[in-house]
Amino acid sequence: MDILNALVTLLNFVVIPAMAYGSQLALGALGVTLIYGILRFSNFAHGDSMAFGAMVTILVTWWFQSMGVSIDPLPTALLALPFGIVGTALMLLATDRVVYRFYRRVKAKPIVFVMASMGVMFIMNGVVRFIIGPDDQQFGDGARFIISARDFKAWTGLDEGLAFKTSQGLTIVTAVIVVAALFWFLNRTRTGKSMRAFSDNEDLALLSGINPERVVMITWIIVAGLITIAGTLYGLDKTFKPFTYFQLLLPIFASAIVGGLGSPLGAIAGGFVIAFSEVTVTYAWKKVATYLLPDSLEPSGLVQLMSTDYKFAVSFVILIIVLLFKPTGLFKGQSV
Amino acid sequence: MSQSLRTPLMFALVALLFILEGSTQVWIFSGSWNSSITILNMALISAVMALGVNLQWGYAGLFNVGIMGFVALGGLATVLVSMPPTPGAWGAGGFRIVAGLVMGAATILLMVWQYKTMAQGRLRGLTMFATLVVGFFVFRWIFDAGVAGVEAINPAQTGYLGGLNPGGPDNYRAHGYMTLLAWPVGGLLAAGAAWLVGKTALGLRSDYLAIATLGIAEIILAVVKNEDWLARGVKNVIGLPRPVPYEVDLQQSAGFAERATTLGLDTTTASTLAVKLSYSMLFTAVLLVLVILAQLSLKSPWGRMMRAIRDNEVAAQAMGKDVTRRHLQIFVLGSALCGLAGAMMTTLDGQLTPGTYQPLRYTFLIWVMVIVGGSGNNLGSVLGAFVIWFFWIQVEPIGNWLMSMVTAGMADGSALKTHLLDSAAHMRLFSMGIILLLVLRFSPQGLIPEK
Repeated sequence: MDILNALVTLLNFVVIPAMAYGSQLALGALGVTLIYGILRFSNFAHGDSMAFGAMVTILVTWWFQSMGVSIDPLPTALLALPFGIVGTALMLLATDRVVYRFYRRVKAKPIVFVMASMGVMFIMNGVVRFIIGPDDQQFGDGARFIISARDFKAWTGLDEGLAFKTSQGLTIVTAVIVVAALFWFLNRTRTGKSMRAFSDNEDLALLSGINPERVVMITWIIVAGLITIAGTLYGLDKTFKPFTYFQLLLPIFASAIVGGLGSPLGAIAGGFVIAFSEVTVTYAWKKVATYLLPDSLEPSGLVQLMSTDYKFAVSFVILIIVLLFKPTGLFKGQSV
Repeated sequence: MSQSLRTPLMFALVALLFILEGSTQVWIFSGSWNSSITILNMALISAVMALGVNLQWGYAGLFNVGIMGFVALGGLATVLVSMPPTPGAWGAGGFRIVAGLVMGAATILLMVWQYKTMAQGRLRGLTMFATLVVGFFVFRWIFDAGVAGVEAINPAQTGYLGGLNPGGPDNYRAHGYMTLLAWPVGGLLAAGAAWLVGKTALGLRSDYLAIATLGIAEIILAVVKNEDWLARGVKNVIGLPRPVPYEVDLQQSAGFAERATTLGLDTTTASTLAVKLSYSMLFTAVLLVLVILAQLSLKSPWGRMMRAIRDNEVAAQAMGKDVTRRHLQIFVLGSALCGLAGAMMTTLDGQLTPGTYQPLRYTFLIWVMVIVGGSGNNLGSVLGAFVIWFFWIQVEPIGNWLMSMVTAGMADGSALKTHLLDSAAHMRLFSMGIILLLVLRFSPQGLIPEK
C-alpha cells in the first residue's frame, strides 16, 4: 500500500506535471530548431512571439465567451486556436518581410539576424503589453479535471489523491498530434522534403530548383502554429503573463541545444530532458520518502535538492554539460 | 561630414538636450535641473556599461547578453564591502557557510580531477556520480545549518552576513569611502564570473555564448534574490553609506546655506542638487579615465590585434594568435566594466534591490545603446548611452503627448481612449525596438561609425 501511495504521489507531483511541461517545451523547441535549420539563426524573439500567439488566442476566446460559444467540457481556447495561429502566422510573415528578408538578401552574418531578432523581441514585448497589459490573464474554462484528487481517492481507497487536469491531458494529447503531423509533413510531403533538403545543404537545394522564399514562408507558418499552440497550452496549464513567456526562452533554447540544434527529434527529447530534470530537482521528496523508507529513517527536512527559484539553473547546468561534452547535442544537430 | 567634426557636433547636440531638460518647460522637457542631473547620472553609468559591451562586441565580436548578471554582481559587491558586518553573524554560521561553499567547490574540483585522471568507462562515470551525490549532501548538511543561523539574527533588519565596513552598525555611515572601494571589487567579482562562463562557452559558436550568458545572468540574479544570508535577497539592503555628503548635513552647515543664497537657490534644492552633482563628478571622472584607457588600447598593438581577430579569425590564427585566449581576455575585461558600473549604480541608488533587475532594462537596452552609438567606436557607445537613456526616460512624456494627440478627437471616458492613455507607458519597449531595427537596417555603423 505504501509503495502504491508513493507511486501515486510521484505521478501526481512529478511525472504528470513534467510530461505537460515537457510537451510545451518540446513544441517551443521545435520552433527554435526549425528556424535555426532553415533561417540559420537563434531567434531571441521566440518567447515573445509565443506570448503574441497566446494573446491573439485569448482575445478570440474572450470574444467567443462573450457570445456564449463554448465546447464544454473542453476549454473554449481550443476553438480559438486556429484564429490565433492565423494571426500569429500573419504577424511572423510580416516581420520576415519587413525585417529578416533584407538581411537574407545581403547574406548578413548570423549574429546580425540575432540582433535583429532582439529588436523584434522588444517590439513584440511592447505590442503584447500594449494590447493586453503586463498582468496575469485568466481565460481557461470548461471542466477543470479529467480525474480529480477526491474521486481518485474514493475509487482506489488510497491515502494519496491523483489529480489529472484537463489542461495537462490536452497538452499531452495535442503535443502528440502536432508532432506526428509535423513529422509526417517533413518526411512524407514534397514541401517537407524540400525543407529538409534546404536545411541540409542550401546550395544543393537551390541548384535543384527549390524556391528559398517559399521554404522560408512555410517555415514561419509552421513555427506560428507550433508557438501559438505551445503558448496557449502553457497559458491554460499555468497562467498567461507576458514576462513568463520571455523567461521561457532559456529552457526552450536549452531544450533545442541539448537535443541538437536543427534536429526536430532532438528538440522533443531535449524538451523532456529539461522538464523532467527541472521538476525532479526542485521537487520536495519528503512525502515519497516517508512512504518508502521505514519510520526510523524518515527525513526531517523537505528533501528538496534545490529551491524552485533555481529551476533556470537546472536547465542551464544541463546545457553547459552538453555543450562541454557533446556540443552537437544528443541527436547530432548542426554545429558550425 | 568628416568624423572629426561629427563627433563633437553629436556630443554638443546631446548636451543641448540635457540643458533643455533643465531649463525649459516646452514640449516634453520638464524644466527641472534636478531631473536633468538625475538622467545624466544614470546615463553616465550606462555609458560605462556600454563601453564594456563595446569592448566585447566592437573589438572582438563577442555577443554577451548577460550584462544584467554582471551588473547585479557589482551591486552585490557594494553591499559586501560597504555595509558593516552584522554582529554575531559570523559566529552564528558565517564560517559554516564558507566551509560549506569550500566543500562544494572541492567536490567539483574532485570530479574534474577524476574526469581527467581516470580511464574512460563505466567506472569513471560511477565514481564521478558517487562523488557528486556524497559531496552534495555533505555540502547541504554543512551549509544549511550555517544559513539558518545567520538568517535567524534579527531577520526584519539584518539576517545577513553584512560587509566589511569598519564603523560597525552605529557609525558605518562615517566610512563612506568604503563604497568607493567597492567599485573595483564589483569589477573583480564580475570578472571572476565572466572567466568561468568564458572558459566554458568561448570557442563554441557565437550563438552559444549568447545563450550561456543569458543563462548565467538569470542564475546570478536568482542567487542574489534567494540567498538571504548574502544580501537579504528581495528584502533589499537599504541605507548604504555614501561617498558624498548627506543633504541634511549640507543644510545644517552655515557656509553651504550662505553660498546657496548667493546663487539664488533655497537650501533644500541646493543640497539635493549638490549631492547629485557630486555623484555626477565622480562618475564623469571614472568614465573619462575609462574612455582614455579604451582609446589608448584601441590604438595600441593589442587593439590592432583584437580587430584583426574580429575581422578574420582564421587569418589571425594563421599568424599565430591564440584566438580563444584573446577572446577570454576581452570578455573578462568587458564584463568587469559592467560589474564596476553595477557597483556605481547601487552606490547612486543607496540600496540593493534585486527584485527590480530585468533583462530588458539591464541587458538589451545597453545593446541598443551600443548599436545606435556605433559599435567598435568607444565615443560612439558613450554617445549612444546618453542618447538612448535620455529617450528611455523621455519616451513616457513623448508617449503621453502622442496619445493625447491621437485621442484628442475621441469622446472623453470612452474605453478605447482610457486604454490608449493607460498604455502609453508601454511605448518604451516598442520604441526601443523600432530604433534598434531602423539603425541596424539603414545605418548599421551607428551615429559615430568606427573609422
